[in-house]
Amino acid sequence: MNILVFVKRVPDTESRIRIRHETRSVIEDGLNFVASPYDEFAVEEALRLKEAKGGTVRVVNVGRDEAVTVLRKCLAMGADEAVLVKDDAPETYDGLRTARIIARAVERKFAGADLLLFGKQAVGTDNSQVPSMVAELLGLPQANVVTKLEIDGATGTAWREVEGGMEKVVFSLPAVVSAQKGLNEPRYETLKGIMAAKKRDIPVVRLEELGLAAEELGPKVVITGLDVPPQRQAGRILQGEPAETARELAALLRNEAKVV
Amino acid sequence: MIIVFIETRDGKAKKSSLEALSEAKRRAAELGVETAALLVGGAAADGSAAELRAHGPARIYVLENAALADYSPQGYAKAVADIVRETGPAAVFFAATAMGKDLAPRVAARLGAGLASDCTGIAVKDGQLEFTRPVFAGKAVLSLTLASTPQIATLRPNVFPLEAAAAGAAAEIIKKTADIPDGFIKGRVAEVVKEQSAEIDVTEADVVVSGGRGLKGPENFALLREVAALFPRAAVGASRSAVDSGWIGHQHQVGQTGKTVSPNLYLAVGISGAIQHLAGMSSSKCIVAINKDPEAPIFKVADYGIVGDLFEVIPRLREELRKVLAE
Repeated sequence: MNILVFVKRVPDTESRIRIRHETRSVIEDGLNFVASPYDEFAVEEALRLKEAKGGTVRVVNVGRDEAVTVLRKCLAMGADEAVLVKDDAPETYDGLRTARIIARAVERKFAGADLLLFGKQAVGTDNSQVPSMVAELLGLPQANVVTKLEIDGATGTAWREVEGGMEKVVFSLPAVVSAQKGLNEPRYETLKGIMAAKKRDIPVVRLEELGLAAEELGPKVVITGLDVPPQRQAGRILQGEPAETARELAALLRNEAKVV
Repeated sequence: MIIVFIETRDGKAKKSSLEALSEAKRRAAELGVETAALLVGGAAADGSAAELRAHGPARIYVLENAALADYSPQGYAKAVADIVRETGPAAVFFAATAMGKDLAPRVAARLGAGLASDCTGIAVKDGQLEFTRPVFAGKAVLSLTLASTPQIATLRPNVFPLEAAAAGAAAEIIKKTADIPDGFIKGRVAEVVKEQSAEIDVTEADVVVSGGRGLKGPENFALLREVAALFPRAAVGASRSAVDSGWIGHQHQVGQTGKTVSPNLYLAVGISGAIQHLAGMSSSKCIVAINKDPEAPIFKVADYGIVGDLFEVIPRLREELRKVLAE
């Protein structure tokens, strides 16, 4: 099986987000960047499928040079190859632009893949757009937010999370699948893997090589504001014996907050 | 016109879709355009149309095709994109449910249009829609406009006010057969497995009762389930550490690698309030924290807090809530 996994470099989830208002962008100084957590489930799933069925795992990032650290981590986990599709644009929050780059890269550079794996969303932009858009642009079936995946020949079966249950999705390969937490437990890199990954060459695909028209790369999303939400004010701490505070709280929820 | 995709469950329109329809009506009134509801499915798709009328769209499109009896993102995306091309609406709204999040990006890509995901606010500015949506799981808020037509957005459930149904509204029902060529659909939902419990999803609940490490073990989530059982639309949530300890399934996780919720009431029980958890629940209308550590960060965002032993507080709180609810 030839598997492509798409990973993104994002601030880790413990990050406090600060905004540079002039550029409507996140201040990156001091942030710790990692592979988006859901992407790690996708990489792990690809490695397990390869171990079970043979084939190759190629990891791709669309982004700036800094993302090679994320690609090296994936190599250290066991990916066969990592490629940077170099896009110097700052965060656009525009899923269609990224999806067009990926879809074209798949057609021009990575043809013949059986499975395209993604995280269900990038932590940060929280769009959940790119996997479905890539699937549509390439005319492929999709299964998103997947917690269990089985591949049997040219048929895939995925269980995806929906409100109050699971959907069992049956599809033909090639296909797009996006990973949800619970799909697997991502492995840690080995020291040997980390050392080997450091020496690996990471090929770069330049956007110009993909032959996308300016119109296709022009963002559809126009950012008009980016801010931190108003801080919630700390409220009232109830003092006293448990029986007392419980009674007082129930009364406040009914009479003051009016939520019960 | 603003078209709203209506998702049905057991033949009834989902509440989150009706919320999207209500919001569409409000914005359409400002823009001076009409609203239309869109039902897609097999031969029985129009079963929900009569009920939908009471929610006041000017038109209800019903797209039928036996090939659409089971949900498939490919088939549904083609059906929706086709009617959009035919009718040329200014905007298309979806609820940001599992289906909406799966389908809307495909429709947008098919139409070459941008998409505003998981919006929590929509305004009309200079005759154009401006969307507000949380990013970084709510640590920041992004406002955006879309430089493409139609304007496509998914709307977060439980955020936009639902307009009460009104009898006597007379929407025009327009039935069409969706064009789905043989072999077009390469993947479909073969089976829907409902969770054993009747519990609703944390994202759809009016009340979320969440537990963390302070619960000390998986068995004590029973205490929270008993509190949740007092309310008609309540769910049990959990912190990442409780989920990573294997005490409860990850579908209950609230926070940056879990779900973002905005219920009327969020009860955080034995949860310290790590930044990634706060991100997922800070937009709740009322937050209550119960924790034995007075320094826990959760108290900084809570409207009401009790510093104490949850094992003493929760059974008593349950009893007091039961009394209040019975009044």
